Amino acid sequence: MTAPLPETSATGTATVVADAEIPVPGTTIEGRSPWRIAWTRLKRDKLALAGGIVVLLLVLVAIFAPLIVDLFGHPPNEYHEDQIDPLFGTPKGSWGGINGDFLFGVEPVNGRDVFSRVVYGARVSLLVAFLSAVVAVLIGTVLGIIAGYFGGWVDTVVSRVMDALLAFPQLLFIIALISVVPNELWGLTGSGVRMAVLIAVIGFFGWPYVGRIVRGQTLSLREREYVEAARSLGAGRTYILFRELLPNLVAPITVYATLMIPTNVLTEAALSFLGAGVKPPTSSWGQMLSKAVNTYEGDPMFMVIPGLAIFVTVLAFNLFGDGVRDALDPKGSR
Amino acid sequence: MFAYIVRRLFAVIVMLLVVTLVTFFIFFTIPKLTGADPAAMYVGKQADPETIEGIRQKLGLSDPVLVQFWHFVSGIFAGRDYTGGGTVDHCPAPCFGYSFRTEQAVWPILTDRLPPTLALAGGACVIWLLLGVTAGVVSALKRGTKIDRGAMMTALAGVSLPIYFTALLLLALFKYKLGWTSSEYVDFADDPAGWFGGLILPWVALAFLYAAMYARLTRATMMEVLGEDYIRTARAKGLTERMVIGKHAMRSTMTPIATILGMDLGALVGSAILTESAFNLPGLGQAAVTAINNRDLPIILGVVLIAATAVVVANLVVDLLYAVIDPRVRLS
Repeated sequence: MTAPLPETSATGTATVVADAEIPVPGTTIEGRSPWRIAWTRLKRDKLALAGGIVVLLLVLVAIFAPLIVDLFGHPPNEYHEDQIDPLFGTPKGSWGGINGDFLFGVEPVNGRDVFSRVVYGARVSLLVAFLSAVVAVLIGTVLGIIAGYFGGWVDTVVSRVMDALLAFPQLLFIIALISVVPNELWGLTGSGVRMAVLIAVIGFFGWPYVGRIVRGQTLSLREREYVEAARSLGAGRTYILFRELLPNLVAPITVYATLMIPTNVLTEAALSFLGAGVKPPTSSWGQMLSKAVNTYEGDPMFMVIPGLAIFVTVLAFNLFGDGVRDALDPKGSR
Repeated sequence: MFAYIVRRLFAVIVMLLVVTLVTFFIFFTIPKLTGADPAAMYVGKQADPETIEGIRQKLGLSDPVLVQFWHFVSGIFAGRDYTGGGTVDHCPAPCFGYSFRTEQAVWPILTDRLPPTLALAGGACVIWLLLGVTAGVVSALKRGTKIDRGAMMTALAGVSLPIYFTALLLLALFKYKLGWTSSEYVDFADDPAGWFGGLILPWVALAFLYAAMYARLTRATMMEVLGEDYIRTARAKGLTERMVIGKHAMRSTMTPIATILGMDLGALVGSAILTESAFNLPGLGQAAVTAINNRDLPIILGVVLIAATAVVVANLVVDLLYAVIDPRVRLS
């Protein structure tokens, strides 16, 4: 066992970047912004890049879902009973009925195209995950920065509220809440209501995690000289909070937001699995899995495919998020 | 120390009251806003208005929310009498009310459901600690090697797998394909071997997820600790590597792990829902899911409260233990 090396990121990229820091004779040394440095580092992290590319592809799939289904699939709610073995209700052929026409096979009993349902499921999953992360980041940042900067009773109130929210059995509470929410709300109906409620509730329970981090960072940043300088020059509170402090909080917030999205994907899928997600016929991955619970003995593929969809999405976001964290880590050598 | 404990206990009680109030408020007022009537939910849709009115009187459902809340909280500590229709029903402390569906008292239903949840959490915890901490320490010591990368990729895959998917895969393989286990929950007192056989798959599924998280955490903490000056000092004064790692580094590494462990165990009481429903374990989480589908408000409220209590108490225990484990913590 040798003595530990100084700060090396998990994938060993930091050492590579450090080598690149040595100026090559004949070139000029140019200043680089922290974001540029982070980008350079991220580009060298192959796993993170792979994750990022998969994330990008998933987003494109979600956006162009109707087009993709038009080209390669069948309408997501079209029944194909001719693909189903009438005796067992399982898809004809092996591997859950996968063939050139049905790329991911068909759903047991009614024969809906699994490919189309997975593609449309990506929409629900990503939309809910992104927007609830946005909600959490917005509330968490504003309240965290206010609590950290003003201190005193404001801080006490915000911190206690965060503690109380973190003590809530979230999953349980969200399911219970969704079960009492009416079918029509804010002019939305059906799946629209469920999506809006999912986004609001997942985001609402997510903000204390962001809030704690922002509050902690603000506590240390507000004592810095540049804040004092701004104050002595007569800058107002709002200016200091959002023009001086916020830009310095963007890095930790970015890291947390990227790592929050996969958690939200899992939460949305879990809620759908428990029957508290978007309503049928809108498809979502968790809902497909919960349907598969009754049929996977005879047709395991219908369980494996949505499960893999969730797994790949979460893994890709995690790889990318870890990469972003390592790249933005100020402890890593620049 | 004593003053600190008292203050923390007070904070715990306030926190639980807030959680109860919020839960109570949401689940007893939202149905009202949307036109659903808790009294009608209690007796069923076919009941005549007179019966519904009787139930409303008996359960005090037309009282203001705060009055209802007071009756509910005092019922938990002192028991509660339901008067109406010429009869008095006594609900002994701790009284969480009666199920809307089965008309049984909520508290005994919940205590019946607690053992499977505790067994699930406890057994899985032993496996994930052994597996996760070992993998994390080995990875930190063998940083950058194939072992480290392999372990960390496995861990990343582990945290990315939804637990109910792992559960279904395990069931498909070990129950249906190989037929090694029945995966039916039986009481420990009735059949210890069957109890073990019924819980082994849920333990593995849950432990895999948490072992992955703990491996990542342990590795990160261990690497940070290994960079500390006192580790260099320990090496410099000629301690064996076994002593440096096993005694000096491990102690600091375990402190954050103990914190997370306490919080995770507390949270598991409420968040084992997914594992329980995937494996059909008759635990608290499953009771909650059934109650939610039945709109059985008193049971939902009971489970939420028990789960919140577990989280808050676990946090308190961790904080107190922290003061014992880590001498740097000053209780001010």
